[in-house]
Amino acid sequence: MSDPGQTTWNGYLRTDGRKGVRNLVLVIYTVECAQHVAHAIAAGEEYVHVLGFPGCYDNAYAIRLMLALARHPNIGAVLAVGLGCEYTQPGKLAEVVRGSDRPAESFYIQEKGGTRSSVAAGKEIVHRMREQIRAETPRVPMTLADLTVGCECGGSDGTSGLAGNPTVGAFFDRLVDAGGRAVFEETVEMIGLREHLVQRAASTGAAEQLAAAYDKAERYCRAVRQYSVAPGNFAGGLTTIEEKSLGAFAKSGSRPIEGVIRVAEQPRGPGLWMLDTVPDEHFMQFGYTNPNDTEGIMDLISAGSQLVLFVTGRGSVIGSPIAPLIKITGNRATFSRMKEDMDFDAGRVLTGELNLEQAGRELAELVVRVASGEKSKPEELGHREYFIMYKHQDTPSLTAGCRA
Amino acid sequence: MSRCFQVNARDNVATMLDEGQGEVDVLGAMPQRLELRERVALGHKVALKEIRTGEAVVKFGLPIGRATTEIRPGQWVHLHNCASNFDARSQTLDVHSGATTDTPYE
Repeated sequence: MSDPGQTTWNGYLRTDGRKGVRNLVLVIYTVECAQHVAHAIAAGEEYVHVLGFPGCYDNAYAIRLMLALARHPNIGAVLAVGLGCEYTQPGKLAEVVRGSDRPAESFYIQEKGGTRSSVAAGKEIVHRMREQIRAETPRVPMTLADLTVGCECGGSDGTSGLAGNPTVGAFFDRLVDAGGRAVFEETVEMIGLREHLVQRAASTGAAEQLAAAYDKAERYCRAVRQYSVAPGNFAGGLTTIEEKSLGAFAKSGSRPIEGVIRVAEQPRGPGLWMLDTVPDEHFMQFGYTNPNDTEGIMDLISAGSQLVLFVTGRGSVIGSPIAPLIKITGNRATFSRMKEDMDFDAGRVLTGELNLEQAGRELAELVVRVASGEKSKPEELGHREYFIMYKHQDTPSLTAGCRA
Repeated sequence: MSRCFQVNARDNVATMLDEGQGEVDVLGAMPQRLELRERVALGHKVALKEIRTGEAVVKFGLPIGRATTEIRPGQWVHLHNCASNFDARSQTLDVHSGATTDTPYE
């Protein structure tokens, strides 16, 4: 294969100039009560994905996240489905999405007459929208420079920090050098690395953002008395959060960090960016930073990642809607035991079959193939786990809505 | 022979690349041979040198915690002899499975 940095493939052009690697219809439900109907609409339909928010009471963070996902470059059209008595308004979601030049519709189940009539109406809408975006979305050439790629690790073991994450780091260096955007997160997995992190800043401004994000993460962990490390990590040989942090940070590669973005924000330019997913201080102190791997993956997709890399030493079977997930393990035993779910064997770095440079290049080739349309293992298996929760992150508009 | 990997020359621990006992090949920063004092699982750490109580356990060239007891070269380094400088709860977990022991199931 030629240099993955030079390879060109055809993507889907959106009005905002971003390019998608898939052309999907997204069904969004706005309360748990509408969940079954939303999934029944998408059942058996190719190129139709689902996500939703379970709460009846609305949450600014969750709405911001859903709107970022609904206007993601891989999404061509949206159907929002509500029950009819919840706070979150499907009509408003659809209206904002139409403002991005995408077809978008909404309805309330209570107005359609029930489960069967709502599913039938929903299917009619998604069939129509799928045809429309297939016919109308312009196809344009893409390269690595057009990609935003996120990376998360989960089910980490002793190999993740030695092989899995450093392989992603080597790929991220290539992606950044090619003019693309690389996004990593999990600031709660940087505990103990404050100086190390701040030294990587591309500018004084970036250093301030990184220090502030780190301090918030450490305060948060102390406040909730919980560090981002699980029984499986310890069983796999990790002994402390500091050790896990150093291994996790290896996925950021070696290029300077341009700055910090928050959930649903897009990188402000090319290069390497850190995503802050930690809740901001709030009088209710609610939300968890990374309640599970899927939540972190949703956050990375909300930053515009057209593909997400997931490093798992212990092995995992999750996938994601909207953006294909590519699963990497640094543990050869995990790779051979869970071959049907794993996309990339980075354990070859530890056996000496590949050096990191070669592993990064091979991963770049896989990313290009999946971006060109080849299905990743989770995509092929139909895994589309999602998770949207109540959380609080500050935005200027959030001060609105309270009586003095 | 089983192998372990030392990331940085300053590290006083190495990570097992295979499950091992007896003599192991230390790869990475400073290649050497090491005699394990016990069976150590894949992904787990072994001490490369003597680490005194309270001394930093170093991996990736940086401290990952501190020794809670005297650790001898070739010994398994984990929750039973190394503590985080941040996370206190991890000291209560089962040393083999990592399972919690402090949550009431009643």
